[in-house]
Amino acid sequence: MKKIILIVDDDSDYLFQLKLKVERFGFEVVTADGQREGEKVIESLKPDLAIFDLMMENEDSGFILSYKIKKKYPDVPVILATAVTAETGMSFDLSENSNRSWIKADLFLDKGIRADQLEKEIKKLLKL
Amino acid sequence: MATLKILVVDDEPGIRAGVERILRNFKVDFPFMDEMYDFAVLEAETGERGIEIIESEKPDIVLLDNKLPGIQGVEVLEYVRGKKYDIVVVMITSYASLELAVKATHDGAYDFIPKPFTPQELKSSLENISKQLYLKRMTRKMKNEGKQVRFQFLSVLSHELKAPLNAVEGYLGIMKERQLGLNFDDYNEVIERSLKRLSGMRNLIMDLLDLTKIESGKANQKIEHCDLVNIARGSIDIMMPYAIQKDVEISLNAPEKLMKYVDPDEIEIIFNNLISNAIKYNKDGGTVEIDIYEDTSAKKTTLCVSDTGIGIKEEDKERLFGDFVRIKTAETKNIAGSGLGLSIVKKIVELNKGEITVGSVPDKGSVFTVILPI
Repeated sequence: MKKIILIVDDDSDYLFQLKLKVERFGFEVVTADGQREGEKVIESLKPDLAIFDLMMENEDSGFILSYKIKKKYPDVPVILATAVTAETGMSFDLSENSNRSWIKADLFLDKGIRADQLEKEIKKLLKL
Repeated sequence: MATLKILVVDDEPGIRAGVERILRNFKVDFPFMDEMYDFAVLEAETGERGIEIIESEKPDIVLLDNKLPGIQGVEVLEYVRGKKYDIVVVMITSYASLELAVKATHDGAYDFIPKPFTPQELKSSLENISKQLYLKRMTRKMKNEGKQVRFQFLSVLSHELKAPLNAVEGYLGIMKERQLGLNFDDYNEVIERSLKRLSGMRNLIMDLLDLTKIESGKANQKIEHCDLVNIARGSIDIMMPYAIQKDVEISLNAPEKLMKYVDPDEIEIIFNNLISNAIKYNKDGGTVEIDIYEDTSAKKTTLCVSDTGIGIKEEDKERLFGDFVRIKTAETKNIAGSGLGLSIVKKIVELNKGEITVGSVPDKGSVFTVILPI
C-alpha cells in the first residue's frame, strides 16, 4: 500500500507542482487548496504525512492546521512549507525549544527546496 | 488634550512669571481640531540657557526676547533655524525696530509681540500659532501615511510579480528534469499553466502602465473632442474574442454619436476594464449590456456596464475598488486578475471629478455606473 501524503496550499500552481514531485517519490497524494478545505479533509482522512503552506486564508493557517492535525492524529508528521523567510526575513527554527513548544510541526522547509532533498526529508519523517 | 511646550527666554523675571500666569489655565480649541491644546511653560533667563533647554526639552514654541545679557535673541533664532528644528519662534521685545523685525522674519521668526503685552495679545498670538502647528502636523501625518500606502503597494506588487515567476520557474524545472517522462504530450498541462501565469503577469504590467499614467495626474491628460460611443465600440471589439469564448453576448445601447471633451485613452481604460470584468465574472451564456447616455441639463454623462454574472456580496462592495483587492470566493478562485482593474477605473473617474457606483445581487449580476460631469 502506498503511503498517503496530504498537501495543503492555496497556490494552485505550487500545489500542482508539489503533487507531481511527491507522486514521483512513490506516494499517493491528496490535496486541499486552503485551510478550510484542509480541515475538512483531515476530518475523514488520516494521512501518513502532511505538508502545509503557512500563509493561506490566514497568515497562520499552516500553524492552525498543524495544531488541529496533531490533536487528532498525534503520530502524523507535519512539514510546514513556506516562502515566508524569503519574503519577510522571518524564520522559524524548530531546533529551538521556545519554538517547538508552540509550533506543532516536525519540520520547516523552504518552498524552493530541491526535489531530492524533499524526498529525503519525507522519507526520514516516515522512517522509510 | 495635547500639551505644547513653550519656552520663554527673557532676562526679566516679571515677564517669565507673567507668561506662566497667563497661560496656566489657557486652552486652545478650534472646531476642526480633534484635540485641545494647553501649554507647559519653561523659562530661561539668558540665550545660552535657552539653547540648553531647546536641546533638552525640544519645545514647540519659543517666546524670545531680543535684548539679552549674553547672546542676543536673533542668535538664538539663527541657532534654531540652523539646526532645522521644528520650533515656532515668536520675538517679544520692546526694542523692535523695523530692521530687527526684517532680520528676524528673514531668519524665520513667526510673529512679533511688542513688550509690554496684554494677556489677550499673548493669547491671540498663541491661538494662531497653535492652529498653524496643528495643521502642519496633520499635513505631515497625512504625508507619512501616503508614504506608508505607497510602501504597502510596492510590497504587494513585488509579491504579485514574484508569484507567477515562481510558478513558471517551477514548471520549467519539471520540464528540465523530465519529471513527466519523455512523451512530450504529457507536458501540455504544464505548458498551458505556464502560459496562463505569463499572460496574467503581462496583464498586471499593462495595468501598472495604466496606473503610472493616472499617477502622473491631470498634467498628462490629453483632452480631445471625441466620440464616447466609438470608444465603447472599440473596447467591445477588443473584448469580443473573450466574450465568444465564454459564450457571453454583448449589447450596446447608445446614441449614434456622443461627442465629448475627454482623454480618449482614459475612457478606453474604463470601458476595457468594466467590460472585461463583466465578461470574466459572467456565467457561460450570460449577457453584458453597455448603456451610454447624457443628461444635458445636468451636464452629466453616464457610462453603465451591467452583467448577468456571479454578483458581489454587500460586504465586499466597499473593498472592491482598492489596490490588489480580489474578492475570494469559490466562484472567483479560478479567475485570473491583477486586482488593479477597478482601482484604476476609480482613480480615473476621480481624476475627472466623476463618481463610480456598483449595484449587485449575488448570483444575478452587477451594474457598474460611472457618472462624469461632462
